[in-house]
Amino acid sequence: MSIPTKELTEKQAFITYLLRLADDRLILGQRLSEWCGHAPELEEDLAMANIALDTIGHATALYKYVAEVENEGHDEDHYAFFRNDRDFTNLQLCELPKGDFGFTIARQFLFSSFSYFLYEQLKEAADEQFRGMINKHLKEIKYHLRHTREWVLRLGDGTEESHDRIQQSFDDLWMYTGEMFYMDEVDEIMIKNGNGADLSLFRDEWKKLVEDTLNEATLTVPDWDQFMMTGSRNGVHTEYLGHLLAQMQFMRRSYPDAEWK
Amino acid sequence: MSENSSNKNEWPLWEVFTQPKSGKPHQHAGSVHAVDAEMALQNARDVYARRNEGVNIWVVESKHITSSTPEDMGPFFDPANDKPYRHPQFYSVPRAVKKRS
Repeated sequence: MSIPTKELTEKQAFITYLLRLADDRLILGQRLSEWCGHAPELEEDLAMANIALDTIGHATALYKYVAEVENEGHDEDHYAFFRNDRDFTNLQLCELPKGDFGFTIARQFLFSSFSYFLYEQLKEAADEQFRGMINKHLKEIKYHLRHTREWVLRLGDGTEESHDRIQQSFDDLWMYTGEMFYMDEVDEIMIKNGNGADLSLFRDEWKKLVEDTLNEATLTVPDWDQFMMTGSRNGVHTEYLGHLLAQMQFMRRSYPDAEWK
Repeated sequence: MSENSSNKNEWPLWEVFTQPKSGKPHQHAGSVHAVDAEMALQNARDVYARRNEGVNIWVVESKHITSSTPEDMGPFFDPANDKPYRHPQFYSVPRAVKKRS
């Protein structure tokens, strides 16, 4: 989904910006929910399901707002269930298979810490409804960060096996961290009208939090300058997103008029 | 308690106490498994505080709780039965005070 520069209005930029935020959260929530009934302990099972529901809730609120701004008669389900893979603008980081428990924790930690700094920037947004949403969700994100950070420390500084496995997870995830900080004209317009975050402002702070956590967990920080994946903000994805969408969307698409009674 | 557990791989048990409102006493909510205090706190939050049940949580490893035994029941509690003067129920309470409580 590439947008021709001259036609990019403020409204389009706002919609694209909200969709990027929402897609990250929906796709990651869907991935996390795969742990439901499979986490290593009952308590952790609940924690994972809680975080999954939180992130899907964040996405729902954002999609609802997109529907309102777009004003074309859609509801939030339209954006979740009736768009194809190239229309989704979530980070590739969010769509990768859940892997082992360490991989899920490593991914969630990287994402939640990024979200934390992002939402801290956005909480003063000019748009009242958007700002309200951000402030509400920020509280939950703080908890996700706390929960996953503790787990990174436990696994990294745990047994030899847990250390090796979460180290491997961070190594594998590293090339997907670059595009978290991708910015284009959508961000420029949003920053200008007071509703967007300048990601470069907190990149160093985020890196420091990640590095400090990994060091404390006796893990090695991978090379920041290695090859990084790109493209997700414009709809370019890994092979995994299509399969995820197939599973997530097939029911809704098979019975488009079905209703909860 | 955890040392006596039949399954040695099981995480230690923690008792959870939630405070429904600031100023109210903490009440026993249940128990969770966890490897450390921070995890116990987080698990307690996810299991017992997800529907607005409280404003504060205490966790304590179950093994640190000393409990009276069923055999203690007689000597501990029976003597109270025939001492009604320990209950301040013979005084009439002014209506204004009643209303407040």
